[in-house]
Amino acid sequence: MTSLDTVRVGAGAGTSDDRMLPALELAERGDIDYLVFECLAERTVSRENLARSKDPNLGYSPSLHARLRMVLPTCIKKGIRIVSNMGAANPVGGARAARKEAADLGLGHVPVAVVLGDDVSSIVKHKPELTLIENGEPLESILPKMISANAYLGADVVREALDTGAPIVLSGRVADPSLFLAPMLHEFGWSYDDLPKLAQGTAAGHLLECTASVTGGCFGWPGKKEVPDLAHNGYPFADIKADGSIVIGKTPDTGGRLDVMTCTEQLIYEIHDPTAYITPDCVLDITGISLTQEGNNRVGVSGAKARPRTHTYKVNVGYADGYIGEGEVSYGGIDAVARAKWAAEIVKERLKLQGFTYDDFRVDLIGMSSLHDQVEIRPEPYEVRLRLAGRTRQRKAAHAIGFEVRAMHMHGPGGAGGACEPRVRDVLAVKSVLLPRNLVNSQVVVEGAQ
Amino acid sequence: MSVRVYDLAHARAGDKGNTSNISVICYDAKHWEFLERELTPERVANAFKHIAKGPVRRFPLRNLKAFNFVIENALGGGVTISLAQDIHGKSLSNVMLAIELPEPQ
Repeated sequence: MTSLDTVRVGAGAGTSDDRMLPALELAERGDIDYLVFECLAERTVSRENLARSKDPNLGYSPSLHARLRMVLPTCIKKGIRIVSNMGAANPVGGARAARKEAADLGLGHVPVAVVLGDDVSSIVKHKPELTLIENGEPLESILPKMISANAYLGADVVREALDTGAPIVLSGRVADPSLFLAPMLHEFGWSYDDLPKLAQGTAAGHLLECTASVTGGCFGWPGKKEVPDLAHNGYPFADIKADGSIVIGKTPDTGGRLDVMTCTEQLIYEIHDPTAYITPDCVLDITGISLTQEGNNRVGVSGAKARPRTHTYKVNVGYADGYIGEGEVSYGGIDAVARAKWAAEIVKERLKLQGFTYDDFRVDLIGMSSLHDQVEIRPEPYEVRLRLAGRTRQRKAAHAIGFEVRAMHMHGPGGAGGACEPRVRDVLAVKSVLLPRNLVNSQVVVEGAQ
Repeated sequence: MSVRVYDLAHARAGDKGNTSNISVICYDAKHWEFLERELTPERVANAFKHIAKGPVRRFPLRNLKAFNFVIENALGGGVTISLAQDIHGKSLSNVMLAIELPEPQ
């Protein structure tokens, strides 16, 4: 711990695909007390639930092995506690895997506290009348295709897990900022009535939850927003005091930058109404926040406000929704765009002739209009990559898109090159409902309790 | 004469479902009132009309010399089912930065 009244919480991952090494640098040189790995995107739990249905030992984040193998020796040696939602759809399975990693590393018998109760599929199954937030339809409309239903739990149950003393805490779905708030609740005993402190802690969690996004990642712009040594940017931590004061910092001797500009981008990120950012712990209002540069790569956060938490949990419902198929092929040189457009028409006609239908279909000219559309006003590039994609109930129809695009090599306009193999992926769609708190039974169990 | 949002502010785009969330943050606080006057939700909706059905809401963050724009029906039906290459719409901040505004007085 940096000093007796300060706790330092570090961010080791902000998405399932986050980079690995900066977390180790943070553990080794960041003088942190807690290392938080946030590894669940919206549909990750659905995907892992499918993995678990094929093998009951699976269903946790596959990256758990590599991440823990990397940091566990340092964390156990230094007494850094790990908090993570890498339990995904199988936190107990993840805990067993984590304990095995620790044992294999010669670290002995490491207990893991497991947060349970986010899986509410058996509860919502009996509540078809719940309203889908996205389209106002009843949950019933997607229940037959449901793969998973997980409530975003809050920091309270993660604190309970930390209270067990286990060096590692693993959960499934927990709201991102809550993973960071939990160590603060555990260390300082903040109550849910102490809204200014909950607000500060939640704001800190929100600043940390995307790791490098606050240290110069997703930020740099040549000539406009320079970021030194971005290739080696460091991950952030927060220094939190018992009175709720917060300073954000980053691993010493790493690249990147941490200043009021980078913090402002992350603070507003994905927050929608800034007076009412709803988490399971509070309703955060960031409009009064001041960010101040308190030193090199150190930014103070003050003035966060909050209203009490709502009476419901947000629940993500994952369901199977058909397939997306896609194919790509390139055209270059004279009339490249005209040949690509012609190829698109030919492929569409061939798909139609075979009787395939699509719920949604899209033609992109990569290099012109694949990101921001408006092909009609874009200048013609020297070369263009044609991409066709469609969503459909039939796997065969999805596959046919890439198959017919690839056939442009031989059966389309002249000079097509570099088609990719046909791609098909299962669509795991996600919608959400609100579930009354009293229906959710969150709890903690310890794997390997002494 | 005109000025681009890019000249006065930086921006980042994020997503929730089928909604895009784009921040606009002034480099210099003295431009905040100008952007408040000129970078209206209507102007933003117009710049995104080929991408997003809307509506567009704007939230002021005076303390952070920023605005937050929430643009609905912007992500091809939603991140999990979108056919777009950029399913999260991370690149949409650049549509915002390219918006042209009348030169500030």
